[in-house]
Amino acid sequence: MGRYVRSRVIWAALMVLGIVILGFLITHILPGDPVDVLVGDYPAPPEYIAQVRHEFGLDQSLAAQLWLYLANLARGNLGFSFLNREPVLSLVLHRAGVTLLLMIPSLVLASVLGVLIAVRAAARAGRALDSFLTGLSLVGYSIPVFWLAQILIVIFAVQLAWLPAQGMTSVRSSGTGAGALVDFLRHLALPAFCITIYYLAVVARVTRSSMIEMLHQDFVLTARAKGLSERAVLWRHVLRNGLIPVITVIGYNFGYSLTGAILTETVFAWPGLGGLFISSISNRDYPVLAGIFLLAAIAVVLANLITDLLYAVADPRVRISAALA
Amino acid sequence: MTRNPGDPNTEGNGIRRISGYPAGLVSASFILLLAGVAIVGPVLYPGDPLAISEHTLLRPGGAYWLGTDDLGRDVLAELVYGVRVSLFVGFVAAFAATVAGTAVGAIAGYFGGWFDTVVMRIAEFFQVMPTFILAVVIVALAGPGLTRVIAVIALLSWPQTARVARGEVLRVSRLDFVDGARCLGIPEWRILFGEVLPNAIGPVIALGTLVVGYAILLEASLSFLGLSSPDTVSWGRLLSVGQRFLFSAWWLSAFPGLAIFLTVLAFNLLGDTLGEMLNPRRSGN
Repeated sequence: MGRYVRSRVIWAALMVLGIVILGFLITHILPGDPVDVLVGDYPAPPEYIAQVRHEFGLDQSLAAQLWLYLANLARGNLGFSFLNREPVLSLVLHRAGVTLLLMIPSLVLASVLGVLIAVRAAARAGRALDSFLTGLSLVGYSIPVFWLAQILIVIFAVQLAWLPAQGMTSVRSSGTGAGALVDFLRHLALPAFCITIYYLAVVARVTRSSMIEMLHQDFVLTARAKGLSERAVLWRHVLRNGLIPVITVIGYNFGYSLTGAILTETVFAWPGLGGLFISSISNRDYPVLAGIFLLAAIAVVLANLITDLLYAVADPRVRISAALA
Repeated sequence: MTRNPGDPNTEGNGIRRISGYPAGLVSASFILLLAGVAIVGPVLYPGDPLAISEHTLLRPGGAYWLGTDDLGRDVLAELVYGVRVSLFVGFVAAFAATVAGTAVGAIAGYFGGWFDTVVMRIAEFFQVMPTFILAVVIVALAGPGLTRVIAVIALLSWPQTARVARGEVLRVSRLDFVDGARCLGIPEWRILFGEVLPNAIGPVIALGTLVVGYAILLEASLSFLGLSSPDTVSWGRLLSVGQRFLFSAWWLSAFPGLAIFLTVLAFNLLGDTLGEMLNPRRSGN
């Protein structure tokens, strides 16, 4: 087990390093000069441009810039945002927190409901309820999330005026107590619904097909022959054995907890990473782009690592084969 | 190719078999209809989708069935022309990803060795990449353009195809008829591409169909974020206009979004149906 954990951790660290270098190269090799952003659109004296270039290390070779970047990263310095005049790390972490406020409740809800729905559907495979639930999850999987978001705003905010259309808090909100919480939850409802629908569909699809594959196995027959209730067969035997793909997909979803909502955040003007990402793109704010990319990739790698470790918990075969290896 | 009697992939007529799956039949018909619109639509519904008029933000009805946008352009005309972009991007990107992924995955699975190790490591690396962010960054920095969008989508999708192709090739290459082919003295390359691959291609085709839907959705997302050239008629770009007029002109969002949704749904349904039809583990017994 210790060996298994160690090999997964080393692999995860290598992945992060690879992603850091790739992210750096992409933002630097592609066309577009960050100096333009710093200097602005008006004609500036060349000496001033050269000075800015030097100040931000943009006059050095690519390899030197990469080395500088890695050395700074090691010290926890992700650079300085040209545009926001703020250190990238604090800027990105602040926005990431706001994104997580939206994503974590949605992902938890989607995982729980997705598994519940899929187990019910698999138990009645081929019948009306199964077709309905499967169809529903296919719809959730195929619907463009930014369109769903727009439609929800048109119906619930514009036509019915039940919920706020955009943002995370009202301007008039007092900012404290139960009133502020209700205000926040009212803003959360529509974007969280959008995100939940999509991830619920993903979880339900994978869980259902894993369950159905397991239902054909001999041990199910044995469990039923022992006289176990159908409930026990489904939840304790079939789901337990079909858990690996379910853990995989849920872990994978959580890996996207920082960047899975970019489109939804854009439509609802949720003040998280999405808006920062889009504005950094249009302004070619390279350090922020690299920072978001890095943070997003670390989230995915971490989620994968936790998923790998959970495999060993869920499936004794993983533990044993790792111990033998 | 040698027929493998035990393998359901090679048995039965395709059209007759799909008729047993109503959802697959409906989605296949819808896709054919879309392809028809892409080819002859501009003839049936003439009118320049980029022509500006003074009739701005008209509600659906009257001369403009689906209304007009902020520059007075006919939404229906934009939808009809937009089919071309969506299908073009979807098919070309999925085709490129499928061909590249299949070739790489099949060789990795069949011959194994260091090539297999390297390919699988690359595929694993791609799996943890935040793909959507990567696509946005590349297209934003390289500049908009359909070729670039297609290239990015194909680049991000081939590893998944490679994994599936590798797994299937591994499974099929252990079957008896492959040993038979070897005894006949057929060269390994011809066994792989002439015998093994045709029997392993089912799940790859099903996945390729899903990739079409994914590519269409990704193109729409990029256009929605404003990452398409202004002279390209794209459903996603309409939605980004719709975002600005969300409080006054719902039709700018409603119709193009519905078009994207139904198209992606059709490809996903067809992909699922093909997956079920061509899955050797399920249809075999």
